[in-house]
Amino acid sequence: MNIQALAQEIPEQGEQAFEGIDFITDGEQYLTFILGKEQYGVDILCVEEIRSWEKPTRIPNSPDYVKGVINMRGIIVPIIDLRQKFSIGKTYYAATTVVIVLTTEHELKKRTIGFVVDAVSDVLNAEENEIKPAPAFGGCIPQHYIDGLVNVDENVITLLNVQELQTLEPHQLLSQ
Amino acid sequence: MSVDLSQFIPSFLEESFEGLELMESSLLTLEAGDNETIHSIFRAAHSIKGGAGTFGFNEVTEFTHLVETLLDEMRDGRREINQQDIEILLESVDCIRLLIESARDGEPCEDEKIAKTSALLTETLNATKTESPSDESPVSTEDNGAENLTYWKIQFLPEHQLVQTGNDPLLLFNALADLGEVTLHANADELPPLTEMHAEELYLNWHIDLVSTCSEDDIKEIFEWVEDECELIIHKASPQKQEATEHTASVASKLTSTDTLQSKTPSQAQPAPASRSNDKKSTAKPKTEVGSIRVGVDKVDSLINLVGELVITQSMLSELGSDFDMTKLDKLTSGLEQLLQNTKELQESVMRIRMLPISFAFNRFPRLIHDLSKKTGKSIELVIKGEQTELDKTVMEQIGDPLVHLVRNAADHGIEPAETRLAAGKPEQGTITLDAYHQGGNIVIEISDDGGGINRQAVLTKAIEKGIVEPNASLSDAQVFDLLFEPGFSTAKEVSDISGRGVGMDVVKRNIQALGGRIQVESEQGKGSTFKVNLPLTLAILDGQLVRVGEEVYIIPLIAIVESLQVEPKLVNRASGDMVLYRLREDNVPVLPVYQLFNLPADNTNINESLLVVVEADGQKVGLMVDDLLAQQQVVIKSLKDNYQQVEGVSGATILGDGSVAMILDIQGMINIALQRAQREQRNIEKVAS
Repeated sequence: MNIQALAQEIPEQGEQAFEGIDFITDGEQYLTFILGKEQYGVDILCVEEIRSWEKPTRIPNSPDYVKGVINMRGIIVPIIDLRQKFSIGKTYYAATTVVIVLTTEHELKKRTIGFVVDAVSDVLNAEENEIKPAPAFGGCIPQHYIDGLVNVDENVITLLNVQELQTLEPHQLLSQ
Repeated sequence: MSVDLSQFIPSFLEESFEGLELMESSLLTLEAGDNETIHSIFRAAHSIKGGAGTFGFNEVTEFTHLVETLLDEMRDGRREINQQDIEILLESVDCIRLLIESARDGEPCEDEKIAKTSALLTETLNATKTESPSDESPVSTEDNGAENLTYWKIQFLPEHQLVQTGNDPLLLFNALADLGEVTLHANADELPPLTEMHAEELYLNWHIDLVSTCSEDDIKEIFEWVEDECELIIHKASPQKQEATEHTASVASKLTSTDTLQSKTPSQAQPAPASRSNDKKSTAKPKTEVGSIRVGVDKVDSLINLVGELVITQSMLSELGSDFDMTKLDKLTSGLEQLLQNTKELQESVMRIRMLPISFAFNRFPRLIHDLSKKTGKSIELVIKGEQTELDKTVMEQIGDPLVHLVRNAADHGIEPAETRLAAGKPEQGTITLDAYHQGGNIVIEISDDGGGINRQAVLTKAIEKGIVEPNASLSDAQVFDLLFEPGFSTAKEVSDISGRGVGMDVVKRNIQALGGRIQVESEQGKGSTFKVNLPLTLAILDGQLVRVGEEVYIIPLIAIVESLQVEPKLVNRASGDMVLYRLREDNVPVLPVYQLFNLPADNTNINESLLVVVEADGQKVGLMVDDLLAQQQVVIKSLKDNYQQVEGVSGATILGDGSVAMILDIQGMINIALQRAQREQRNIEKVAS
């Protein structure tokens, strides 16, 4: 029995049921979100969960964009405000403000960090050849954070590198 | 059919390391005529060899075989037990450990020590070989010369269920191939028709021709594990006869299949299970490997009992909750109390599982002292006390190296040479004592020697020379001895290869502090010194005082708190340029406002109306200014480093009863922040002034 053959026999109706979700794709999937007026995307496989904003516990002498830590089912997770980190848009906390919790594994160590964004928008399928390198003309996001740009209709989505996002600058003791 | 052996490798490693420890400690107490001890050493070596053979760790097998041969001669009384042989055996134990470690990590072991010791072993064995009646050949398996090659004919008729008991003929043949050239003839005569065939039974038998220098015992040893499950016929054959059999075999080639296994050099001989395990282990470095704990059945039983009670309490509470009214309030309160009790006991039991007697850390010291006294030519006795004192496994693993360093120092610098001792009217043999006991929530480990003690003046002179101390500073004894832990400080007149390179004591102190412990020195010139290491029993739980600063809740480790008090304005002083001091009886305690250190908004910024928590770290007292004192409770320590990074002034975080996160303060770190800021300000002022 041939699986390919079976797949062809799936009725027309069933195909329509999948429409809009696009289960079957060759390219990567990205979770897109909004910062200020721009759209950004991160690798969907890194997304641990999406939480609503809650006030975190401050970390002493941390940079402004590190909002503090929260308790996520017994794990201490730091929260970073991407808007502040990249100086995009205004920093305010409203009902749509969400935290995207991202996990990456690096040298056998898992690292989980939450990122505050204005809103989550969509899931994007992007083939390798659709991802264009970003021109280096002074956006306020440093180049090494950016994996590339993708055109969706008339919008441009910036794909961010999760590994880079999770790299933390060492703490500096701020003067009083 | 091949059984996946790699799953048994971790337990083999664990058992081997235990066996090696046993060998080591037994060797140190071994005396002539003590047959029981030799037997136990022999058994340990034998199991390591057998296991290593099964898993294809050929280097281990080969080396251990030499050791085993030597031990065998001792066991049979063919060899006198002398100190020299024991030294060689101790060296060999080290080598086997190295070999097993490299087999575990899947890296070839290139330590020259192994070749040296192995040569030494062979030499020792050969020296008595002429007297030895046994024709066992102790030399390694490589063919040494064609002239003493023997042709062995082996008939190996295994029972049908051989493979079901976990034996794999291939491993046996591989082991044979290491002895010499092997020609295999499989006989499939007994193969039943397909319909009657059972998938897990072995229907084959083999005729094996082996050309090797080995003895019959060597061959039998390979089949040792399966001898109850097979029929084994071994006899010598002349070369001609061997050719003849080969001929008949080829005639019957329709029924038999012939494999020729070439004799391999040990490094190439890596059967499948070993290499599989290598792949798995090579990604995980030994440091990050997940350890296992052996737990006594009684501890597990008590856990199960407690969980049983917890389940009963839970069902009682849920029944109560299903139709609750205010008349049942009493029941609810008592139920909750019971729950609290159960949870606490459960927590304690779980913690106890992580507790191991400190003898695990102390066990290596008899050997260390043995080696050191040989190296330094001093006669040293080691006294170990309190080895049943229990300690958290993680703490134990990390305290090992600092302890080794302290013991080395005691042997090298502490104990004087025999002449000096005799001249001072002391017994010739020096004594180093290791003691462990519980004190409060801490464990104290004492390393004391009856040597010369620390020369206070020498330490002071050196410190002044290095510019650590002002020339005319007056220091207490404790302060002077603390100088020993300064980086780059060593008073040893000569640098020996044991200690005295000036690195170490500061590392020892740092390691101990990293574990949340502290170290103190007591010493009397001419009488000896004592190093006291104070460690928390566990790293996972901490008794804390909750305090509030502005909107934030912080936890101060209870162990650091001296006292908490309401500030009395008349005891507040300002000195040396607006430094706030609080007079606590004799002491002037510097006041550190937490809100300033951490850049927080606070309710109260006026020192005269605030609460002060006086804490102590590393001998330095400071007063932390807080807004409110809350409850005292046990908290579970969570690392900030896992997902974030080390934060100065904070040792970790915890989750409070309401689910929120609170930071645990690191007093030493907070003092450091304050010091750095003060220094920076002073520099700025100097800049402005100049």
